[in-house]
Amino acid sequence: MKKRKARLVQGNRACAEGALAAGVRFFAGYPITPSTEIAEIMSEELPKLGGKFIQMEDEIGGMTCILGAALTGKKVLTASSGPGISLKQEAIGYAALAEIPCVIVNVQRLGPSTGGPTSTAQGDIMQARWGTHGDHPIIALCPSSVYECFTLTVTAVNYAEKYRTPVYVLLDEIIGHMREKVEFPDISELEIIDRKRPDCPPVDYLPYKIDKTLIPAMADFGTGYKWHVTGLMHDETGFPTGKPEIIDAQLKRLMNKIEKYEDEILLWEDIETDDAEILIVAYGSTARSAVEAVENLRTEGIKVGLFRPITIWPFPEKALRSKLENVKHIIVPEMNYGQLSLEVERVCKDKAPVSGLYKVNSLPLSPNEVMAKVREVL
Amino acid sequence: MKRWEFRLSGTGGQGLITAGIILAEAAVIEGKEVVQSQSYGPEARGGASKAEVIIDTKKINYPKVVIPDVLLAMSPEAAQKYGSEIKEGGTIIVDSSFIENFVNEKAKVIKIPITKLAKEEIGKTFVANIIAVSALVGLTKVVSFEALKEAVLNRIPKGTEEINIKALEIGWRWAQEKV
Repeated sequence: MKKRKARLVQGNRACAEGALAAGVRFFAGYPITPSTEIAEIMSEELPKLGGKFIQMEDEIGGMTCILGAALTGKKVLTASSGPGISLKQEAIGYAALAEIPCVIVNVQRLGPSTGGPTSTAQGDIMQARWGTHGDHPIIALCPSSVYECFTLTVTAVNYAEKYRTPVYVLLDEIIGHMREKVEFPDISELEIIDRKRPDCPPVDYLPYKIDKTLIPAMADFGTGYKWHVTGLMHDETGFPTGKPEIIDAQLKRLMNKIEKYEDEILLWEDIETDDAEILIVAYGSTARSAVEAVENLRTEGIKVGLFRPITIWPFPEKALRSKLENVKHIIVPEMNYGQLSLEVERVCKDKAPVSGLYKVNSLPLSPNEVMAKVREVL
Repeated sequence: MKRWEFRLSGTGGQGLITAGIILAEAAVIEGKEVVQSQSYGPEARGGASKAEVIIDTKKINYPKVVIPDVLLAMSPEAAQKYGSEIKEGGTIIVDSSFIENFVNEKAKVIKIPITKLAKEEIGKTFVANIIAVSALVGLTKVVSFEALKEAVLNRIPKGTEEINIKALEIGWRWAQEKV
């Protein structure tokens, strides 16, 4: 594969470069540690590509501004952390219901509230799923390396466009701020997806039409297609409705459009799972400690493996269940007090007991801590 | 080559994260595997600052230093906080401009008046981090002087080449005298 020369690159920079490679040409935001570098880099690079960067008056403005730009046909990105992501929640719900493609990078920091601006954490796993009110679909991708910060941001932009949905890229402070030697793929080797646009005359256009793809074509504002966008429940035309049968049909389509395509959305990695009796389920920077633990314990003959969900939401439950044949115990290390472990327990509890290994004190979970936990359940 | 773990510690504003990036970029130039990470407080200046660099020939999983082979301490607070965390037989470089009476029985302690040298021989304290990283490489030979020089020249602002090369030479000279 043709690659660029090896460079030392920071995780946050890799996200920005991935977004640009995927065709993002609009960024609005309100810089906040530990995500600030993403805004900085976008502010430098977007004007060179004919794109726009706007530093908004606040976090809410940053989120709503990218939705406006997305409606004009742009691929859009914002990035934030901690309290910033909390402030964006209402607009993320708006994007989910109005089906506006957008990507939100959340570089997780210690919370709640202002918490620890420069400290690592994985406390926003459930916020990514349920941070905004009401049932809604969401996609969240979780990189474990600088390389994946690039490739998964490309994937996030593609998913947003293809499924007309908000997509999170969930980093943690370690992944966002660390630098690694990387060689990113050339742009010509990437699959880039653009949203489906209408091929009918403007007069026939229905922005929320229900067909068998479940994903309606999306017209760019300013191209002659006039349509209504609202956060209220709406019918096929986009205008508000109170009719229960229409609300029901549209909301079911909204929920099912992600479920229908799960086979092409779900991503995961597994290491040494074939004969594993103890399975570690880990993601983000914590998965790196888990890999180290698996490699070390395997040299002692301990049958331990790792399942790493890369799409945290939707959760790759069938894939995880397929790895449980010999598993006697599951361990979920997380830098929170047990968030993804709830999901792992839901999926696996009839097969094996699930133990959490939780740490929330601004420090990472080390390989030694993971190994100690494995030995504890042996 | 063995796995090397470096911890560069001091105060925010001393350029330790830049020094860590330069060391890591020198390793990339030589085709080695490398991860650089950092921790610092929310302050723009002051407060504790720490950069970590791991250099290996194998893939690096855990990106943080577990127990450093080499510690650089550029402030009394950093020496106090990290001074006892060192591998048996490791190397500790202290900036003797700020740190007096430092002892560690497990490691070789190398005292270099880094900031004083930057001030007196170059007239700019901001090159202290370059003197430090050069001494660090000079003592360990983890990368070549040429790779380090290339990394420094890639990273620094135009017009500062001369003073940075001078800083590299000072650090290297002190390291050779201390070996």
